[in-house]
Amino acid sequence: MALQSLDIKARSATTTQPPSARNPVHVAKLIDISKCIGCKACQAACMEWNDLRDEVGTNVGIYDNPRDLSDQSWTVMRFSEVEVEQGRLEWLIRKDGCMHCEDPGCLKACPSPGAIVQYANGIVDFHEEHCIGCGYCLTGCPFNIPRISKKDSKAYKCTLCSDRVAVGLEPACIKTCPTGALVFGSKEDMIHHAEGRIADLKERGYAKAALYNPQGVGGTHVMYVLQHGDQPELYANLPKDPSISPLVSLWKGVTKPLMSLGIGLAVFAGLFHYVTAGPKEVEEEETD
Amino acid sequence: MQVTRRQFFKICAAGVGSSSLVALGFAPGEALAEVREFKLARTTETRNTCPYCSVGCGILIYSLGDQAKNAHAEVMHIEGDPDHPVNRGTLCPKGAGLLDFVHSPNRLKRPEYRAPGSKEWQPISWDEAYTRIAKLMKEDRDKNFIAKNDKGETVNRWVSTGMLAASASSNETGYLTQKIARSLGMLAFDNQARV
Repeated sequence: MALQSLDIKARSATTTQPPSARNPVHVAKLIDISKCIGCKACQAACMEWNDLRDEVGTNVGIYDNPRDLSDQSWTVMRFSEVEVEQGRLEWLIRKDGCMHCEDPGCLKACPSPGAIVQYANGIVDFHEEHCIGCGYCLTGCPFNIPRISKKDSKAYKCTLCSDRVAVGLEPACIKTCPTGALVFGSKEDMIHHAEGRIADLKERGYAKAALYNPQGVGGTHVMYVLQHGDQPELYANLPKDPSISPLVSLWKGVTKPLMSLGIGLAVFAGLFHYVTAGPKEVEEEETD
Repeated sequence: MQVTRRQFFKICAAGVGSSSLVALGFAPGEALAEVREFKLARTTETRNTCPYCSVGCGILIYSLGDQAKNAHAEVMHIEGDPDHPVNRGTLCPKGAGLLDFVHSPNRLKRPEYRAPGSKEWQPISWDEAYTRIAKLMKEDRDKNFIAKNDKGETVNRWVSTGMLAASASSNETGYLTQKIARSLGMLAFDNQARV
């Protein structure tokens, strides 16, 4: 077995234990919303690095461009104009994209072996050559991130530039960010960095500033510093307590073994019928 | 379908055998999950300055090949230069999208000339362009150069022609540009940085 550039921790629809002796560093991307100016350099750098080009859309009167994530746009800026209190307007700009959950719903839901993997450093990656385009990852994702391509009917999303991280580089969006709103490093360092930012924001009057690292999905490897940490939904409906849809555990936990049992029973019944009643004889007729 | 007793045993044996192999972990088609290959591994890295605004961010241009004689270089990726003091690796959205600027069908790759009153641009060679600029500069300078002012003091002014220089120049280029413009007596001298 080849030695991969990144160790795999979990693999979709696979029950065998992946190699897990090595202890790599957990990586994380930290998005400081209070520093983001919405310039979209991260969007441009993402498309450039990953060889993607989205369609040039039309202006619909808002700054969101492209309007939504797609197979060509793995990250988009979501602009929310929010009146946090009477007469105090705030322009909250959230870089949306894959959160790289520690407990990834997409991977849990995926029925195709090896189409979704989680590396030991925390990155959740799609391997489109194994993708069957069923769209279960969309159901499994608590953040509504994966998109099925119209071109090849396969699911795409942010890879956290696993190809760059594998050779020791930071993701393309992190490198380009002119304001330093995006930072990348070990998860431990990123939490430490966020603590400093939150203390600063609290001093500036944002008493509820907090780190967004939701435990409902085991924590994420993409975290936000939110000025209004108590109301993540202000930021273009960022879920407050994200969790994997119960449909996934229903499908993987209850339905799947029942169905396997059903298939087994059908085979057994067929065999039983064949042994007891024999094959169905058809009168030979000339059909030419 | 007619199955003899012998065939029936063979089918059963094959079925039990293959399912046992799968159960033992010899399932076929276990593909590896490998990350996308790092695309810059053996490309040529060239330092340059972003051509857009006056900030003058440092960029790294990556081109195909290792500069071997028969390999035709092609710019395939551009990102910020971490060693550049201005931007330390960062780039704005325009800089981050420079690759498409390089490969744009609308990119101007040669000097063009539009005659006064004409609507048409015509391509000319660099030699023609430089010769024409030099000729017009000399003509205008010979006609309008002010060597002395009303009081008879030497001023060596040339105020009828101006120069607009690039902002993405290095210190050395900027120094030379300044020397050339001032040595001609030019006073109207500005920089794209203020546009």
